Amino acid sequence: MIADLIHFFTTNWLGQGIVILAQCLAVTVPLLVAVAYMTYVDRKVWASIQLRRGPNVVGPFGLLQPFADGLKLVLKETIIPSSANGVLFIIAPMIAFMTALVAWAVVPFDDGWVIADINVGILYLFAISSLGVYGIIIAGWASNSKYAFLGALRSAAQMVSYEVSIGFVLITVLLCVGSLNLSKVVLAQSGWFWNWFWLPLLPMFVIFFVSALAETNRTPFDLPMSEAELVAGFHTEYSSMTFGLFFLGEYANMILLSALGAVLFLGGWMSPVPYAPFTWIPGVVWFALKIAFLLFVFSWTKGTLPRYRYDQLMRLGWKVFLPVSLAWVAITAAVLQFGGWLPKP
Amino acid sequence: MASLDRTARAFLLSELVAGFALTLKYMFKPKVTVNYPYEKGPLGPRFRGEHALRRYPNGEERCIACKLCEAICPAQAITIEAEPRDDGSRRTTRYDIDMTKCIYCGFCQEACPVDAIVEGPNFEFSTETREELMYNKDKLLANGDRWEPVIAANLQADALYR
Repeated sequence: MIADLIHFFTTNWLGQGIVILAQCLAVTVPLLVAVAYMTYVDRKVWASIQLRRGPNVVGPFGLLQPFADGLKLVLKETIIPSSANGVLFIIAPMIAFMTALVAWAVVPFDDGWVIADINVGILYLFAISSLGVYGIIIAGWASNSKYAFLGALRSAAQMVSYEVSIGFVLITVLLCVGSLNLSKVVLAQSGWFWNWFWLPLLPMFVIFFVSALAETNRTPFDLPMSEAELVAGFHTEYSSMTFGLFFLGEYANMILLSALGAVLFLGGWMSPVPYAPFTWIPGVVWFALKIAFLLFVFSWTKGTLPRYRYDQLMRLGWKVFLPVSLAWVAITAAVLQFGGWLPKP
Repeated sequence: MASLDRTARAFLLSELVAGFALTLKYMFKPKVTVNYPYEKGPLGPRFRGEHALRRYPNGEERCIACKLCEAICPAQAITIEAEPRDDGSRRTTRYDIDMTKCIYCGFCQEACPVDAIVEGPNFEFSTETREELMYNKDKLLANGDRWEPVIAANLQADALYR
């Protein structure tokens, strides 16, 4: 009987389909709950920084606030502007949301807990996060509104610029690991927490984090939706769940980049101390804690920094981060080569 | 040396770190929010809230229909009609305040020679319809009966400074 079941789930196409579907649900459902509570945590953190209380009315400590907000979004009317390109207008938020979810396929939550353990994991992530720009550009263009269009242009330029430096950051990590497989990246960081790449590659970690802020359009780089001048940027014309999808996608992207940061620099599912009581805690928990920490820093940044000017943003991306990360790639490569620490293939 | 110092600061992100430390410190400070419907801030004795018409301790209404409040009201929110009562005293037959016009300047209570119309400490009188904000004499007298202890205490507290 059990052997039959195992046979069904491992060889039959229907059984394998069920397994894959279950895996996808096991990733996306907690992810969406995390997105909902990320909005809550965000608001609480900003509130505390400004000596306010934040949402505390809906449910105990305001814990049901995200669901109240979500319900409100769902119940509202979807408005498609008469001058908008209807099909693209609807497709754009779907693209933005899907690309944010699809990327999770290669993220290792624990040893062997990956939906797709592919050998080009990092490249796949990088490619998918680049595709996310399409959702935004299409949204801005299809809205047929000047604010949306300008916001989309800014967003596209910004994401493309900072992806370059993220690329170099990834290359330095690859040099140290010798593999594009995200699980191998984590395994290469085994040991105490100072063995994780955040310390040996500290400048790159900082550059990665700042680029992640720019990539997800968060403060201080939230120019695409800068309220003061562009109303809401590329999603100005969106309402109801079409806006909701952008919002979910944006937060899912934030969590994704935090997860990427945790995998590349904070040792993924590893416990900070490789000895007994700490190693009993499951790797998923450590991974979630690391993601939560990075997300907290995201909120903290938003509570601390003012918005950059657009030329400052571009200067930082192209004239500071690009040369620094390029130099660091060369330095890392040289140190690995001449120090004899190159990873064995 | 100065340029070295500046470069070091720029590369070590010292200003960013200082800023982040400050906001982190603020995160753990006590909140300044007054949790409004459950907590309320203090009100001074001169607070100008919802209007009330007061009575003398024997139950006689104070207002003598001199119409000074109606005359001074800059928003012309007060309407008064008056005629002599059966016992010969002059009283209002109608005393209306349009609370949607009122600007809560307090001139009416300043003008009143008998402290009849006052602005009480109540500021939570929002309604769901406009009509409910057209106060008549009954409503104002009821307000007076309801808030008399607080109004009297406030007048006494402020008497020294008048």
